[in-house]
Amino acid sequence: MLRRHTCILLACLLAAGTVAAQATPAQADTIKVGITFSATGPAASLGIAQRNSVALFPKQIAGQDVEYIVLDDGGDTSRAVANMRKLIDENNVDLIMGSTVTPASLAMLGVAAEKQVPMIATAASGALIAPMDAQRHWVFKTPQNDGLMADAIVQNMTKAGIKTVAFIGFSDAYGDGWLNEFTRATKAAGIEITTVEKYARPDTSVTGQVLKIMATAPQAVLVAGSGTPAALPQKTLRERGYKGPIYQTHGITNNEFLKVGGKDVEGTILPTGPILVADQLPDSNPVKAVALSYIHAYDAMYGAGTASPFGANAYDAMLLFKAAVPAALSHAKPGTAEFRSALRDGIEGLHGVVLDHGIATMSPTDHNGFDTSARVMVTIQNSTWKLLP
Amino acid sequence: MMDLSILLALLQDGVVSGAVYGLLALALVLVFAVTRVILIPVGELVSFTALTYAGLEDGQIPEALPLLLALGALAFLRGALQDRGRSLGSLALQTLVLPAAIAGCAVLIAPLHAGIAVQAGLAIAVVAPMAPLLYRIAFRPLPEASVLVKLIAAVGVHLALTGLGLLCFGPEGARGPAFSDAVLTLGPMILTGQAVWVIFCTTAAMAALWAFFRLSLAGAALRATAINRRGARLVGISPDRSGLLAFWLAGLIAGLSGVLIAPLTTVYYDGGFLIGLKGFVAAIIAGLGSYPLAIAAALVVGVVESLSAFWASDFKEVIVFSVIIPVLLWRSLRHCAVGEEE
Repeated sequence: MLRRHTCILLACLLAAGTVAAQATPAQADTIKVGITFSATGPAASLGIAQRNSVALFPKQIAGQDVEYIVLDDGGDTSRAVANMRKLIDENNVDLIMGSTVTPASLAMLGVAAEKQVPMIATAASGALIAPMDAQRHWVFKTPQNDGLMADAIVQNMTKAGIKTVAFIGFSDAYGDGWLNEFTRATKAAGIEITTVEKYARPDTSVTGQVLKIMATAPQAVLVAGSGTPAALPQKTLRERGYKGPIYQTHGITNNEFLKVGGKDVEGTILPTGPILVADQLPDSNPVKAVALSYIHAYDAMYGAGTASPFGANAYDAMLLFKAAVPAALSHAKPGTAEFRSALRDGIEGLHGVVLDHGIATMSPTDHNGFDTSARVMVTIQNSTWKLLP
Repeated sequence: MMDLSILLALLQDGVVSGAVYGLLALALVLVFAVTRVILIPVGELVSFTALTYAGLEDGQIPEALPLLLALGALAFLRGALQDRGRSLGSLALQTLVLPAAIAGCAVLIAPLHAGIAVQAGLAIAVVAPMAPLLYRIAFRPLPEASVLVKLIAAVGVHLALTGLGLLCFGPEGARGPAFSDAVLTLGPMILTGQAVWVIFCTTAAMAALWAFFRLSLAGAALRATAINRRGARLVGISPDRSGLLAFWLAGLIAGLSGVLIAPLTTVYYDGGFLIGLKGFVAAIIAGLGSYPLAIAAALVVGVVESLSAFWASDFKEVIVFSVIIPVLLWRSLRHCAVGEEE
């Protein structure tokens, strides 16, 4: 009885799948963009914002229809690679966007080079585009390098006269990446790291780590975590009576962090892309208009106050792509190897493109293209983000 | 570097986490003893309760309600199919009417900001009934299956619940309000009100469970089923009903743990898994058989976790999960495998 039901169900699913596959129109002139974001799994809060942003992408660029095919990789390395191969082999896409998380994006590098398809990652780690080699030749990245952000934190610390700092970060690629960059930046500035502590996202307590930090009596603490779990060490530090300044990274920039952190995260100092405080930027900053138009469009579709800098990383990938399309179209037709190659060259040649997160100028050795215009220091005041001068 | 006040703080922290792991270990041991199911989805129930509790603080109507009602409807269909229409009335009462009644109460009470005790109770009431519904859907159809098949079913339920959790609660974590903001200073030790509450609630729940098993007929029936399924059946105890009761208790225990953990940390839709896994480590150390041993093991796990967080935070999880290896070695030398008998 049960077995028969299962068979019928399976048959229905298979049939539905076949129909869906056939329904995809095989138009030759449409530019196809394959996208794999982590809309489920541990990075879902970033991936959902990025997937939602796809709905805001233009349906036509330079008079050419553009089709976006969005898949979910759950933050899983092998699924991201499988998605990418599927998009390239079955859908013959001209460009790949994603993935949201660094490990998955790193695994995708090889496929981009093998299939010669340009890829714009929306994951943060600098390892995605440096050191430049034959694989990374095909890969670009929209989020700022951790190094850029780490330098901003260390500059701020030097200005404040801080000589000793403790580090507590995620025990994953995010925390390790930050530890590397932060160690490099502090060494150059002569700041001593008193202790390095790690914790995991679902941990129920960081009391042990915090007590150790307090035993080393640092003048400041840097928390390298993303999203709401980054509030836990800060809350515990304040609970245990730590009075020094606490720095965070740009991984925390969503409103849930403010809500979960409450009064314990007041006065936090962090570097971030200018989009977070777009309305506080001076009108002379060209990023302001671009960022505000993204925020308004996103909020109009998903509700006021829902736009986040993470979703804007995906929108920036589209802006890069859009800027490179016209020149590529004059070289070749979409769907061909020549078009993909021209698209890659076009993105690499972009100069002074204004994005949500800053102004990008690409070069053969820099596939991120951001300079210091892509970062601002902000603090938290009365549960809102305030731009620091 | 380690002085007395640090040691005491670490121990206190370890005991608080250990108490929660202990509750979950109890639920795991109970369910395994009665039904031979390793209840991996217990972690999801913990995070669902915690998120519901945190949502109620904002006066939100619990996001888990559609899930509860859908599980109820699914359990009804599954039960009606399996029993071929027998005793539909009581089935409908338990799988359709009860969830609907809970949902109705929740919709009425949620916007009232009725106070922490009511909110905690309501969060448990919304999530705990999911456990018996899951039993009806996934485990009741496999009464005589091997432990491995049941384990696979449990993994399936865990994966399904994780996805449904993302759908219901969204990707963001939340933190519930503390039961008490008081801070007591006892000599060199700082005791937070929440820690006292966790230890108090855990102890009370354990005492209540002990009383239930020793003093009530239903508890005795559960124990009988745990000791010998076939024997229990011969004296007229329905293993099916015992299984349902065990899942009810597991749901309530998981709900309580969720409410206790919500003010301590940010809970995510998938965060309960790791917490449940640590309860599982404790349950394994206890051989999935002894309640007092499981609680003691959970306290050890909590303290080991807390101490290793201080000394080697990089390797904290490695250390915690490695604790299981010497115990397994020792057990496999002393005992034969548990579970495949009957």
